[in-house]
Amino acid sequence: MPSAKRVVIRNHSAEANLFARRAFITLLGVIVILLVLFNNIYELEISSYEKYQTRSNSNRIKLLPVAPNRGLIYDRNGVLLAENKPIYSLEVIPEQVEDLEAAIKSVSELLEIPQEKQTKLFESLRSKRRFKPLELISRLSDQQVALFSVNQHKFPGLFIDARLKRYYPFADLTTHSLGYVARINRRDEIKLEEQGKEENYAATRNIGKLGLERFYQDILHGTIGHQEVEINNQGRIIRTLNFTPPVPGKDLTLTLDIELQMIAKRALSGKRGAIVAIDPRDGGVLAMYSNPSYNGNLFVHGISSKNYKKLLSSHDRPLVNRTVQGYPPASTIKPLLALTGLEEEVITPEKEIYDPGFYQLPGIETKRRDWKKWGHGKVNLSKSLEQSCNVYYYDLSYKLGITKIARMMEKFGFGEYTGIDIYEENRAIMPSVEWKRARYNQPWYGGETLSVGIGQSFWTVTPLQLAQAMSILVNQGQIKVPHLLKATTEVTLTEAENSDGIPQRIETVIEMPIDEKPPIVLKKDKYWGIVLDGMHNTVQKVGATGYPAFKGSKYDAAGKTGSAQTANIAQDEKYDAETTQENQRDNAMFVAFAPYEKPEIVVAVAIENVAKGGGGTNAAPVARQIMDQYFGNRVIVSKKKHPHHNETYGEQYLDSNTNKKISSGNN
Amino acid sequence: MRSIGHDQQKQRSIWYRLNIDIPLLVGILCLLTLGLCVVYSAGGQNADMAIRHAKRIGIALFVMFFVAQIPPLIYRKWAVPAFVVGISLLVAVLLFGHVGKGAQRWIDLGFTMFQPSEIMKLIVPIMIAWYVSQFNLPTKIIHIIVAFTLVLIPTLLIAKQPDLGTSLLIASSGIFVIFLAGASWKLIGTCGVLASGFAPILWLFLMKDYQKQRVLTFLNPEQDPLGSGYHIIQSKIAIGSGGLQGKGWLQGTQSQLEFLPERHTDFIFAVFSEEFGLIGVTLLLLVYLAIVMRGLWIAISAEHAFTKLLAGSLTLTFFVYVFVNIGMVSGLLPVVGVPLPLVSYGGTSMVTLMAGFGILMAISTHRRFIA
Repeated sequence: MPSAKRVVIRNHSAEANLFARRAFITLLGVIVILLVLFNNIYELEISSYEKYQTRSNSNRIKLLPVAPNRGLIYDRNGVLLAENKPIYSLEVIPEQVEDLEAAIKSVSELLEIPQEKQTKLFESLRSKRRFKPLELISRLSDQQVALFSVNQHKFPGLFIDARLKRYYPFADLTTHSLGYVARINRRDEIKLEEQGKEENYAATRNIGKLGLERFYQDILHGTIGHQEVEINNQGRIIRTLNFTPPVPGKDLTLTLDIELQMIAKRALSGKRGAIVAIDPRDGGVLAMYSNPSYNGNLFVHGISSKNYKKLLSSHDRPLVNRTVQGYPPASTIKPLLALTGLEEEVITPEKEIYDPGFYQLPGIETKRRDWKKWGHGKVNLSKSLEQSCNVYYYDLSYKLGITKIARMMEKFGFGEYTGIDIYEENRAIMPSVEWKRARYNQPWYGGETLSVGIGQSFWTVTPLQLAQAMSILVNQGQIKVPHLLKATTEVTLTEAENSDGIPQRIETVIEMPIDEKPPIVLKKDKYWGIVLDGMHNTVQKVGATGYPAFKGSKYDAAGKTGSAQTANIAQDEKYDAETTQENQRDNAMFVAFAPYEKPEIVVAVAIENVAKGGGGTNAAPVARQIMDQYFGNRVIVSKKKHPHHNETYGEQYLDSNTNKKISSGNN
Repeated sequence: MRSIGHDQQKQRSIWYRLNIDIPLLVGILCLLTLGLCVVYSAGGQNADMAIRHAKRIGIALFVMFFVAQIPPLIYRKWAVPAFVVGISLLVAVLLFGHVGKGAQRWIDLGFTMFQPSEIMKLIVPIMIAWYVSQFNLPTKIIHIIVAFTLVLIPTLLIAKQPDLGTSLLIASSGIFVIFLAGASWKLIGTCGVLASGFAPILWLFLMKDYQKQRVLTFLNPEQDPLGSGYHIIQSKIAIGSGGLQGKGWLQGTQSQLEFLPERHTDFIFAVFSEEFGLIGVTLLLLVYLAIVMRGLWIAISAEHAFTKLLAGSLTLTFFVYVFVNIGMVSGLLPVVGVPLPLVSYGGTSMVTLMAGFGILMAISTHRRFIA
């Protein structure tokens, strides 16, 4: 063996030393490398600890948004108008079901689900995360909920989920004022993003689309809550770490009286029209109803296109909110024109004109006829209102000119938003020289002023504007912005202080302040009284236009009738003999307030295309019904005797205890 | 005093008779116990997995004990035939091997899958130590070239499978023998320069796309956070979020919530760091250091050049496992499939490592008899 020879001559200790040296060097190397490793781990675990701690947490901790409950809406007497009702859906967690197909089949049999829906279910179950709940059937009926609950033990992995959905118990009675909520769409999302609210809406499905629901969306919505959960790498929730409850939206109490709404609906049934009732003392809207209406609940679940088409194409146009839609005011604005005449000193209360049954502008052949063929004879201011004498107002408006009329009417809010708390309001049109120039690029013709004098021509007012203008009139110039919201209520639950361990409910009610605009000041305050007197006579004097409707009422009402000719709101209808004929009929208008002294309610009524008669026979009885409901059994008579028409003035129902009745009536 | 000395002598002789090196055994048992705990945690507290791991530990301990009984000089006799058989098997693997996980590493023996590259982890240092120890130390340049060629053959064959981790370990086991045998520093410097020249060749011709991807990912893991960078990012998050004291055993969120991939095998160090923090890491590194020191001490104390070189190489290769694994998991090195020795779940590498420790123990305890 040659190696044996070599071994003999090998220097073993030298080799051992060499090896030991090398081994020592490698040991140093090992230590250096260990220090490098240690240093690197130190960097990660100590120097960058917070960074990695945060990243570790963001890996595993997820914030799940929890939607707040929407605030409820009550009428002025606490009747619930908008609530959140639980709706039930059947959900499934696929991975917890052994035989999905069989389970779905038997549950479909149990709940009587049609075959074609079942196949859809199977399709939707594919390619979904298996541990996340999936909605099998939305909107279960109560019967289905009961059926499933009884048999739940047969279906592991299937369960019923309850969600809150908006519900309007009075349905079409409140839709035009309350509006409705519906699914947040792309446009809403963009808007929310622009306003920086998308975070607060992360879990919210529905948003106010119309009316108060839209106007007070922010107040009703509340603040989002969060559930902090731990998830694994597949997003499965392992446990809840923390829970920040959402803050529910505030409840709204409205100035609306649902009973007045009901009366309004009944009074308008079968007619197209609108009623607005305002409390002139604070601008609170007592009733606001447009007929025909529609059921807002349809929109909450997403209206079917068939139903939507039906609403859209309906001849009666139920989607239009007629309370904020322009109508020619006709004679209802005569009191305001008379007031303008007094203010501009064109007329005095006593000054009479002679009405031969027509009016002619100086130097022009065309005769404008009064509604009474043979004329009213000698007419003063009060009689002009009582009899709704057109010739008196042709003359008055001719003397005033359009500009003076327009300026005064604008003060009463015509042609402008009233500022009510819904967005659907229409400005309507207060015509003027400037308006016509801007709208038609045409000069103003004198003859048009005469039409304006009887509330026709281009002039349109919304029933809301009309009620508001009357409210300003009875308030003698004080302008209180009309509104539907009376108060907001915030419900908070405190930590349990009492022995029962039940969290205490604390309700914080905030009353809405009365919003006032600068008042209208006249040269003489007595002008207000003169005009209001005229309106009083119109209702109380036997033979006056408003008398028949209010005959026998126990409260002391005042008002003014109006009949507008051929007011055709619908512009895009095809020719049809019957409907055209109907569309050319008059609109009936009426404005009223009561009690005459210290008014509590102003009502404006507009009814489209009445069969026969005018405001006095069609609209005034509607206002009467509203007021009858409002006053109930209260009996109110005026303290002051009427200065002009004592002999024919009203009907006294009480001859004693007058003062007492009035004071109780004002409570 | 004498009696104590006598007792010690007697005690030592009991372990001597069993061919067990006590300090080494203590270090190994520390790691195995720790490994069992971390595997249990990393496996989502799966008892089955922990039991399987415990069984493998038992088998590995038995293998170690068995190997320790073999007098180390026997390996010298069988070095050449074993090497030849090993190379043949590697060639066979490339030609007929079983494909798994995108690499050709296994030979199907019918009853079990056999990985020839594992056994080469032991054969290569034996072969090189046999070759180098025939000549005087320090080794002459011509012998170094021959030895280097002997290392390169299996290294390239395994890299071709491809199994970068194993070929790296096998190459270093051979190179350590050459270094410990006293290769001149001049030569080492020259090799260093040549190696850096070799790197582009490796990149262009030898590395597979997935290996290149690993290197690129290593250089910038955040570039592809959900793709190939995911491993490193999640691993660094796990380690970093452990902090000084760690989140506690079974409390690591990165591992328990399964954000960390390969958590019971190659990335088990991240699980350990997350749950035991810097304190745990420091203790772990000290245990590894202790084992390396004991291994080197056994090498220095060995009486033959062959046993010295073999013991030194086995010890240092063991440390290469530690360095490459921890380096890759903590983002210092590219991701190469090397387990954390004696801790990671997985049978083959543990058995090989424990066989290596058996050889070390044999070297440590057989010298008297040989002398």
